[in-house]
Amino acid sequence: MKDILILLFRSKRFIVGFVLFLGILSFALIGPILNPKNPFQMVGGLFSPPSDRFILGTDNLGRDVFTQLMYGTRTSLLIGCTAGLIATTIGVTIGSIAGYKGGIIEEVLMGITNVFITIPSIVILILLSIAIKARSAVVMGLVIGITAWPWTARAVRAQTSSLKTREHIDIARITGFSSLEMIIYEILPYMFSYIFMAFILQFSGGILNEATLSMLGLGPFQTVSLGVMLHWSLLWEAVRTGAWWAFIPPVICLSMTTFSLMSMNTGMDEVFNPRLRRS
Amino acid sequence: MDRELLRVENLTRTFGTGKSQIRAVDNVSFSINEGEIVTLLGESGSGKTTTARLILKLLPPTSGRIIFRDKDITHISSRKDLLNYWREVQAIFQDPFASFNIFYSVRRLLNNAFRLVLNSPSNEEREKIIRESLLSVGLNPDEVLDKRPYELSGGQKQRIMLARILIIKPKLLIADEPTSMIDASSRAGILNLLLDLRKQYNMSIMFITHDIGLAYYTSDRLFIMNNGKIVESGDAEEIITDPKDSYTKKLLEDVPVIHKKWEL
Amino acid sequence: MGNLLTAIDLRAYYKTVQGEEIKAVDEVSLEVREGEVLGIAGESGCGKSTLASVLAFTVIPPLYVVSGEVRANGTNILTLDKETLRREIKGKYISIVPQGAMNSLNPTSRIKNFVIDVLKEHFPEMSKEEALQRARERFEALSLPPRILDAYPHQLSGGMKQRTVTVISTLLNPKVLIADEPTSALDVSSQKIVIKLLVELLRKQIIKSVVFITHELPLLRHFANRIAVMYAGKIVEVGPMESIIFEPLHPYSKLLISSVLVPESGMKSKRIEAIPGVPPNLKDPPTGCRFHPRCPSYIEGICNTSVPPFITVKSDHIVSCFLYGGEHG
Repeated sequence: MKDILILLFRSKRFIVGFVLFLGILSFALIGPILNPKNPFQMVGGLFSPPSDRFILGTDNLGRDVFTQLMYGTRTSLLIGCTAGLIATTIGVTIGSIAGYKGGIIEEVLMGITNVFITIPSIVILILLSIAIKARSAVVMGLVIGITAWPWTARAVRAQTSSLKTREHIDIARITGFSSLEMIIYEILPYMFSYIFMAFILQFSGGILNEATLSMLGLGPFQTVSLGVMLHWSLLWEAVRTGAWWAFIPPVICLSMTTFSLMSMNTGMDEVFNPRLRRS
Repeated sequence: MDRELLRVENLTRTFGTGKSQIRAVDNVSFSINEGEIVTLLGESGSGKTTTARLILKLLPPTSGRIIFRDKDITHISSRKDLLNYWREVQAIFQDPFASFNIFYSVRRLLNNAFRLVLNSPSNEEREKIIRESLLSVGLNPDEVLDKRPYELSGGQKQRIMLARILIIKPKLLIADEPTSMIDASSRAGILNLLLDLRKQYNMSIMFITHDIGLAYYTSDRLFIMNNGKIVESGDAEEIITDPKDSYTKKLLEDVPVIHKKWEL
Repeated sequence: MGNLLTAIDLRAYYKTVQGEEIKAVDEVSLEVREGEVLGIAGESGCGKSTLASVLAFTVIPPLYVVSGEVRANGTNILTLDKETLRREIKGKYISIVPQGAMNSLNPTSRIKNFVIDVLKEHFPEMSKEEALQRARERFEALSLPPRILDAYPHQLSGGMKQRTVTVISTLLNPKVLIADEPTSALDVSSQKIVIKLLVELLRKQIIKSVVFITHELPLLRHFANRIAVMYAGKIVEVGPMESIIFEPLHPYSKLLISSVLVPESGMKSKRIEAIPGVPPNLKDPPTGCRFHPRCPSYIEGICNTSVPPFITVKSDHIVSCFLYGGEHG
């Protein structure tokens, strides 16, 4: 474990991603504590440009964009993380059972997975979002997670299928391990890094999905997220009125967050796949 | 003496369907007596490892029967029956590196073996048994117990797999190429430990190997396997000195020996 | 007949990221004589494959040649520049079939493309047709079906792949062929066929000498002229094949040969003993004779303090062991 961490911190990409992500995280978590303003409070004029009082200006209702950005990033991270956790949990469960059990169980589970893959997830997302009336941030994450797991399931199934031919699996079987014990003790530990990488991908995917949904006006209620900020600026024609401060900051925040996650992911890929490291 | 322990009758296992179907194990029959050491000898692709997996219940046969101590175990599937079977029939494998889960210590691996020990002993008793079995395979318990597999040499790992066998004390041990990845200088040590298992516990051993020298050194009887079939079986000494089957003859001609030089 | 290749006091170390040195080949001197098969025997990790890559100039970091010479035709080839090596020596004077070479053939490319690449590297002006014609003739001369050239690697059996790789490595008629464990992954019948091919190459004078690296002593018994036994990065004994196999001198060689399992009458009745202990870590090898911690004839104060020099004990048979010091003591 220690060796892996040492290796990880030798990868420049990982360090860049990690430091950037830590920065964004502290901005979203510590920021609101240091600067306890209400993002919904109208504090200034409509679309007033950045000034000493409002670093990033105000929006169409005279609310402080900088405060919104802190709270919005926090919500987006929460949704992304929830979505990542849900997608990874479902994906790993289905993928590892299918891969380990094989036979008819594998065919049924992978059949379901493939059905989910063929239906564009955005359609399910939109339908689900419309159907669910009380969309809190966590519910949003849940909905996104439920539509995002199939890719993880497929990848985990492939890994499990190849892992289960190893001799230590045979030893564990003739020692009387049950299928569940086999998956938990003998297979999942070997995939830990892989699963973690899948989680990071799902995390950043979740953030982007949230932004998409929110821009369509299907975002979380009673809260501000990066996507909701974009939705507002679209709705009140911030672009046309030249109020760049209302939409450029959330876009930058969004891309920096996904960039940091992706960079960590590639960095880890280099470490865990020595073949990539050499070239 | 000479009581039959395991018998396989017309054991067959195919892979794939239609034209591409392969009969990996084709109508194989043989038996192993109590306290007997036999070798299933074959080159790669002969079906010897598949036969071993069938006997170990790691793979279901396409047809045929496996009879262990006069009981047909071909189709047992309940956990209880399987556990009872694995209490009596165990294995060590070719690759001591791959036989270990790299995330767990030697202590944990050996502790797992107690799942197959009846009247589960207390923790102190377990520790005592583990230490004794490590000592009997020539390892210092204090040195290895808390080690992870990657901190041990190949020979040490195979010895730990043997300590695991000593904890379970099965009636039949399937040894699938147990020394093919171990250096010549440590190989004899592992083989002698295996031979001692019969002396001490009257354990039957079935070697699965391509190494004719090893088969001859260790075994009472040999089963020569080629293309999924057993082509010749019998007393090891007889087969080595006077092979009958053409495949066996060719095999013995091609294996390098010390006292007779090849015509090249 | 002279020496085709002479290694003098060769040291080749691996340098780890942590800055440690693994002394895989240490003070090795050895000659390859014209017309012979020289077997290099030893267990895994004894440095025999490293020695093979040094002799064949396929040294790539983290392996470094620290000191010593490899002489061919009177020049120290280790000092030649890369370009000269590539043009004049590799493939033409010395060729190597590395361990596992048969499994490193490009699976998506036909064998003939590989042949063309090899020949074009040395004869850029040669046309594809000429190259193929040359390969075809060579395959026929060695009674291998030329249709192999049109096959993909996966269509060939292990023995066939190994033979193909060997023939391609000798297309340029190198004087010395270094074969690193060419038969270890093969069934006994394919093993013998590969050995036959090597003997055939020698007989037809396509190559002049073979250095055969293996951990299987019984194999060397059948076609080696001389055997060098390696232990922990050093050569401990070199001598004529029969002399090494039947009357080994070094305690390690003795134990190694007595642990050989072959299907021959009498084998069954004797109990074979393992060599106690494990081979040393080459980061920090034992002082004096590297075998002393495991040696049954170990003499305190001698074996652990100084390195035993090579002594000629029998005709052409040298050993590095204090048991044979002085007046054939």
